[in-house]
Amino acid sequence: MNDFSGMDALYRDFILDHYRNPRNAGTLEQPDASFEDLNPLCGDKIRMDLRIRDGVVEDVKFKGRGCAISQASASLLTESIKGKRVAEIDAIGKEDVLENLGISISAARLKCALLGLKVLKQALALKYADD
Amino acid sequence: MALAPSSTPMLTQTDVARIRSEFPILKERPHGKPLVFLDSAASSQKPIQVIDAMDDYYRRYHANIHRGVYHISELATEAYEEARRKIARFIGAPEAEECIYVRNATEGINLVAYSWGRTNIRRGDAIVVTEMEHHSNLVPWQILAQQTGASLRFVRVTDDGMLDLHDLDRLLDGAKLFAFTAVSNTLGTVNDVAFLSARARAAGAVSVVDACQAVPRMPVDVAAWGSDFVAFSAHKMLGPTGVGIIWGRRELLEAMPPFMAGGGMIGVVRLESSTYAGIPARFEAGTPAIAEAVGFGVAVDYLTAIGMDRIHRYELELAAYALERLRKMKNVVVYGPGIEHRTGVISLTVGDIHAHDLATILDSEGICVRAGHHCNQPLMERLDVPATARASFYLYNTPAEVDALVAGIEKAKAIFKIA
Repeated sequence: MNDFSGMDALYRDFILDHYRNPRNAGTLEQPDASFEDLNPLCGDKIRMDLRIRDGVVEDVKFKGRGCAISQASASLLTESIKGKRVAEIDAIGKEDVLENLGISISAARLKCALLGLKVLKQALALKYADD
Repeated sequence: MALAPSSTPMLTQTDVARIRSEFPILKERPHGKPLVFLDSAASSQKPIQVIDAMDDYYRRYHANIHRGVYHISELATEAYEEARRKIARFIGAPEAEECIYVRNATEGINLVAYSWGRTNIRRGDAIVVTEMEHHSNLVPWQILAQQTGASLRFVRVTDDGMLDLHDLDRLLDGAKLFAFTAVSNTLGTVNDVAFLSARARAAGAVSVVDACQAVPRMPVDVAAWGSDFVAFSAHKMLGPTGVGIIWGRRELLEAMPPFMAGGGMIGVVRLESSTYAGIPARFEAGTPAIAEAVGFGVAVDYLTAIGMDRIHRYELELAAYALERLRKMKNVVVYGPGIEHRTGVISLTVGDIHAHDLATILDSEGICVRAGHHCNQPLMERLDVPATARASFYLYNTPAEVDALVAGIEKAKAIFKIA
């Protein structure tokens, strides 16, 4: 079979690689910021832990389960924020995540692709609401 | 409706071709591929007869019912009530007035929970539900229990997706209500409704049956079941969205207070208080879904003309073929019991492919399946799966569509590089 009607473009090797071998997988002990959320309609779940020093994300781990799109997107996101300032992370938007994924996502799957970003933003919002 | 004699002829592929020609949507070509609709357990497609009947109502005799003394209002009222009589005959209801129109099965179950439940359930009472319920037959009872101080007890599910009935009588001992599904929407497991209703009655509990997956696909006779309340939705049985039925035994319904209040459900209204209409009007406050009720009646005509026994046997034939092909596939896991205990609802997982990814890849081939937890989270946890893809068959599906599903799964495996 070689006619994948665009599906091989969606499920590219690097997406499958991030799905099966997620980067920064796991949890942090006593994280400075942490949040877990799920997409109640499909059950995709992601938790994100952050270690923050002087406004810089020193370390990040995530744990989750769900589709290849949600897990690969979260994995890519953790790679892109390590070492970044919180202010820079605040500026990350939907478009940046989708550009980073580099694949075209249908409306039905947009929530999957953006779950990681949503969790990250909520972890930071909670931390800076407390401070 | 009594079980048709098994001498009725099987649905042939010629019959199915004719049936398919009467469903306009099956001519659609999503992504340039023929539409392979395998999600009828979520909502079925509609034959042209149902679509035309609703169109005809709006074009020729739309008017509010039970109000006007003029001709078209009488036509509308008669069509609305004739549909109720057809539906009642279809499910073996002793009286049409026992069939209450609601928006869907969910509203029907809530009607029982609010009206019967809040009148009869007290602090310390027990409500029994099963672990395989759709959220719509679980959450209303959780809320009822929380608000009244009643407790919930659960009939568990076995590893092969059947109800674990070994301690049923102990669970029902002293219970006031037993809510269970006739057919699992996730696993396709068929429960013995007559047996469960009889055990409930013996224990003095009222039985509430979610028949959403049963009424569309097998002969149902609520009197023979011996249940107290039975809920189902039109849209899963070739009818429109927005209408369903809660059937209840007359003596129970007549002792229940209204669920929603407003026009149409009253006897005498004074400023301080009112008296209520008899059944079914007491439970049908406000202008109902008239066009949808008319369409529902025509859907029942359509199913009756073919015969529920034939539809049931055809669906089982398709399911057996699908199970045979799917079980031969490497890295495909099919959940639920064997064919002798199920309907044409098949939940599966493929290797480490998440159900949503599988559904996306199948969609690219024009194949519609449901993916996720199917409003069945406790059952999914019981089975220890994050999500499944669910294919469900109905009278318009074909063996060729089972083959398309199998080919689609092979494609997904190739893209995900699994054997």
